[in-house]
Amino acid sequence: MSGSPPLLQVEGLVTRFGAVTAVDGVSFDIRPGEIFGLVGESGCGKSATCRSLIRLFGGASAEIAGGSVLFEGNDLVRLDNRGMEDIRGNRIAMIFQDPMTALNPTMRIGEQIAEGVRRHRGLKGEPARREVIALLESVGVTSAESRLSAYPHEFSGGMRQRVLIAIALACRPHLLIADEPTTALDVTIQDQILKLILRLSKETGLAVLMVTHDLGVVAQTCDRVAVMYAGRIVERGDTRQIFRRPAHPYTRALLDALPAHTGRGTRLKPLGGEPPDLSAPPQGCRFHPRCAFATEVCRVEQPSLQPIESRHDTACLRAGELGL
Amino acid sequence: MSMPSKNAEPHRQPPLLEVRGLCKSFGQGRSLGQALTGRSGNVLRAVRDVSFAVRPGEILGVVGESGCGKSTLGRCIAGLHAPSSGEILWQGRPLAAMGGRRTASRLIQMIFQDPYSSLNPRMTVGQTIEEVLVAHRLHGGGATRAARVDELLATVGLSPRHKERLPHAMSGGQRQRVSIARALAVEPRLIIADEPVSALDASVQAQIINLFEELRDRFGIAFIFIAHDLNVVRHISDRVAVMYLGEVMETTRADALFETPRHPYTRALLSAIPWPDPDRRTTVTSLEGELPDPLHPPAGCSFSSRCAWAQARCHSQRPPIEPYAEAHDVRCLRMHEIA
Repeated sequence: MSGSPPLLQVEGLVTRFGAVTAVDGVSFDIRPGEIFGLVGESGCGKSATCRSLIRLFGGASAEIAGGSVLFEGNDLVRLDNRGMEDIRGNRIAMIFQDPMTALNPTMRIGEQIAEGVRRHRGLKGEPARREVIALLESVGVTSAESRLSAYPHEFSGGMRQRVLIAIALACRPHLLIADEPTTALDVTIQDQILKLILRLSKETGLAVLMVTHDLGVVAQTCDRVAVMYAGRIVERGDTRQIFRRPAHPYTRALLDALPAHTGRGTRLKPLGGEPPDLSAPPQGCRFHPRCAFATEVCRVEQPSLQPIESRHDTACLRAGELGL
Repeated sequence: MSMPSKNAEPHRQPPLLEVRGLCKSFGQGRSLGQALTGRSGNVLRAVRDVSFAVRPGEILGVVGESGCGKSTLGRCIAGLHAPSSGEILWQGRPLAAMGGRRTASRLIQMIFQDPYSSLNPRMTVGQTIEEVLVAHRLHGGGATRAARVDELLATVGLSPRHKERLPHAMSGGQRQRVSIARALAVEPRLIIADEPVSALDASVQAQIINLFEELRDRFGIAFIFIAHDLNVVRHISDRVAVMYLGEVMETTRADALFETPRHPYTRALLSAIPWPDPDRRTTVTSLEGELPDPLHPPAGCSFSSRCAWAQARCHSQRPPIEPYAEAHDVRCLRMHEIA
C-alpha cells in the first residue's frame, strides 16, 4: 500500500470564509485502500477541508484561495463546475454526520438509491432494482427487498447512515469522505458502522477520508492521521506513531485529556483555555497561548511541518528538544 | 494518587435518595382505528421498575443508549415528570410530601446537555444566577447577593467580569460552567447531570469533569451522572447502573462493572467503545441488530432479541434483578452460567 502512488494529493490548501481563513496551508495525501483520519476539535477546519475537496460549502460564501487538490490526474481546485460535478458523487462520495438531513424525507429509500445507480451507472428497470437491493445488503440492511418502499423516517439513525453509505457506494467511488459519520449514533450502532466502513475499504479497495473529533474512532479505523488545530495540520503520521510517540504538545494534550487514558481517582489533565478565534488567530504558533512548552520564539515564529521520524511530521519549533 | 477528601466508603452511609420501583409511562393516545375498534392506545413504558439509592457525596453513573429511559429517569427524580408509580424517598421520607417543587428544587438540581438552550439568551450571566437567588429568597438584597454571584462564578472557574456577558458571547464550556453555577446557587445536595459534557470538545470536557469532582470533594454534593460515554462514566462514577429499554440491567461499583461485567448487554456495550489505542483494535462487531420498538418490547427479557446467550426461557420469562455478588445486581436468568 505504501508503494502505490497517492489517489488524492492535497498541497497547501487555503480556504477562506470571508475574513476567516478556516483552512490555512493544509497538505496530506491518501493512497488507494487507505483510511486517513483528519482529527481535531470543533472549528479546527477539518470539515472545511473536506468540503473544499469537493467544493460543496452548503451555501456559505467560501473561496479556495490557494493550493492544489490532485485527484486521479485532475487539479480539483482548477476544474470547472461541470468537471467537478462529474467527479462528485461519481469518483468521490461523501457521507455526513446527520443522516436524516442528508436524505430526502419525501422520497422512498429504494428510489433515493436508484437515482445514483441510474445517473452514474446507467442502469434502469429490473437491473437497477437488483443493484439497489445488492447495495442495501452490502451495507448490512436485512430484508432489503421489503424495505425499498420505506421512507427515511421509518428508519433508525443507524439504518439511515447505512442507506447513505449505500447511496455513496452506488457510483463505485474511489474515495469516500466520511465527515463525523458516527457522531450522532449510539455506541453499539457506531461500532457497527465503523466495522462496515473497515470491511468495505478492505474488500473493495475504497480509500476513506475519516473526519472525526474522536481519538477512539481514529485508533480503531485509521492507517494514518493528521491532527488539525486552528486551520493547520500540527502533526501527521501513522496512527500508531501518533498514539505511541506524539510529537506535538497539542496531540499530547488531547491524549492526556482522554478519560480512558487515566485511572479512576486521578484528575484528568485538561488543556487550559479554548481554541482561538480564527478571524484573529494568534501570531507565531497558533497553539502557543495554550501550550505548556511555549517559549519566546513560539510567540513570533510560525512553525511548518517538519519530519521527526520516517513518515511522521510535526509543526512544533521545539519538537527536537521536547520529550513528550 | 490518593484522594483523601473522597468518601472512602459511601455505601456504608444511609442513602440521601432512594428510588423504589419507579415506573414512568407515556400514553400516545388512541389512533382513529383503535378508537373505532375500542382498543386502548399505545403505552410507552419509558422507565420500568427502577430501584437504586444514592449516598451523600456519591456519584452514580447511569449509562445506556438513546431510548433506554436514562433521561426520563433523571427528569422524574428532578420533578420534571410525575412518575406513573413507585416511590422517591429523600432521607427516608417521600420526596413528594416534603413541600412540593420549591423544596425539592432546593435539594435537587439538574444540568442539561446543551447549555445554550437551557440558558435564557436575553439574560446576562449575572442576571441568570441572581434570578435563582431572588426566586428562592437567598442572600438578601443588593451587595450580599452580588457578592454571592461572584462567589458562585469563582467556584465554577469564571471571573466577575463574565457577569455582563450574554450566553451567545461565551464558549460551550463557559456556558456549561454558568449552568453549573446556577444549579449551585441553591446549595443542592444532589445534582442530576444529563449528558453534561457530550456537546463539548475533548479538552473542554476534561475541564468540566474535573470541576464536578471538585464540587463533590468540596461540598459533598452527590451526583447522578447520566451519559452515553462509558469512558467518562467510568472515570467519574463510584457506582454505575446500565439501562436498556427502561430497565436497569446491571448495577455495581464502577471498577467491577468494567472489569467483570456480568450482563450480556453490559459486555456488548463495553466492547463497542472505540478504544483510543491502535494496538487494541477489534474487528468483530460487538452487538448485531437494533434497539427493539419500545412500544412493543420483547416478551421475557428485554435484551433477548439481541442476546447471543438467549435460550427459550429468556424469550418467555422476565428476569428479576438479583444480587450476583456483594453490591453487584444483575437482571439475567443466565448470569451464573455465562462465564
